[in-house]
Amino acid sequence: MIDFLKNSAHRAWLVLMVATGITWYLGEVGAAGTASIVAMLVIAFVKGRLVILDFMELREAPMMWRVLLEGWLIVVASLILLAYWISLK
Amino acid sequence: MHAMTTVALPATNHGSKRLPGDLAIWFFILAELLAFAVFFAAYAFTRAKNVEMFNLYQQTLDRDLGALNTVLLITGSWFIVRAVQAAHRNDIKAIPPNILLGWLCGGGFLVVKVIEYADKFGAGISMSTNTFYMFYISLTFFHFMHVILGMVILTVLWFQARNGAYGAHNAHGLESGAAYWHMVDLLWIVLFPLVYVMR
Repeated sequence: MIDFLKNSAHRAWLVLMVATGITWYLGEVGAAGTASIVAMLVIAFVKGRLVILDFMELREAPMMWRVLLEGWLIVVASLILLAYWISLK
Repeated sequence: MHAMTTVALPATNHGSKRLPGDLAIWFFILAELLAFAVFFAAYAFTRAKNVEMFNLYQQTLDRDLGALNTVLLITGSWFIVRAVQAAHRNDIKAIPPNILLGWLCGGGFLVVKVIEYADKFGAGISMSTNTFYMFYISLTFFHFMHVILGMVILTVLWFQARNGAYGAHNAHGLESGAAYWHMVDLLWIVLFPLVYVMR
């Protein structure tokens, strides 16, 4: 188990499984509104970042590529947040 | 054991900053990400003008199957990471089975998605039913096609790996295909909460 957790990709997989469970649970309890949307976007950002850094192996890549991929994630999450914020007004 | 880790480290980490795979695949991935970003934004802003309709019909989607598919894609991605890591430590025999397991996760995703589509189409739902279903069907089907392309790539990688094409000094092709497969996963990580859960 300790050996398993030494591998960053294995750690990422575990966190991704738990995070997917949380998003599913928020759906089960019918979470809605600003707080739940922000929570789900934060979870999606954390998950996406783990895929980018530990699965795509961009942690050790030139900074430009990290900025492009993580930037994409931030832009998409921001646009979604903006649209939901507009819908709540 | 200690000696092994100190020897193995320089082989996986080339000391300087390095982009895995071919540069071209990363430009291709960027283009795909941009296309999906437009799609995601279009969904969110169209929803802002039709909140009640989107919230109503979102409830007809099967969240359990959506979450199951998230698990399948993430786990499929993880197996491909294991294949790449096996190549880096020159464990050539461990590469094909991990690619195969990743491929099977992709296959599982497609089966679940077909079950979901059969249920919706069986209920007479189509692209023209309403704006929500237009987005649901087109977004998920566009992604579905990417899963199929990813599986085609994994099939090629599997045959190549079986012929011993990849190892510590030649993992470029494998890394490029892996990067594409992870992109398919990354897209679903945004798509699932956006279309199935957020309200």
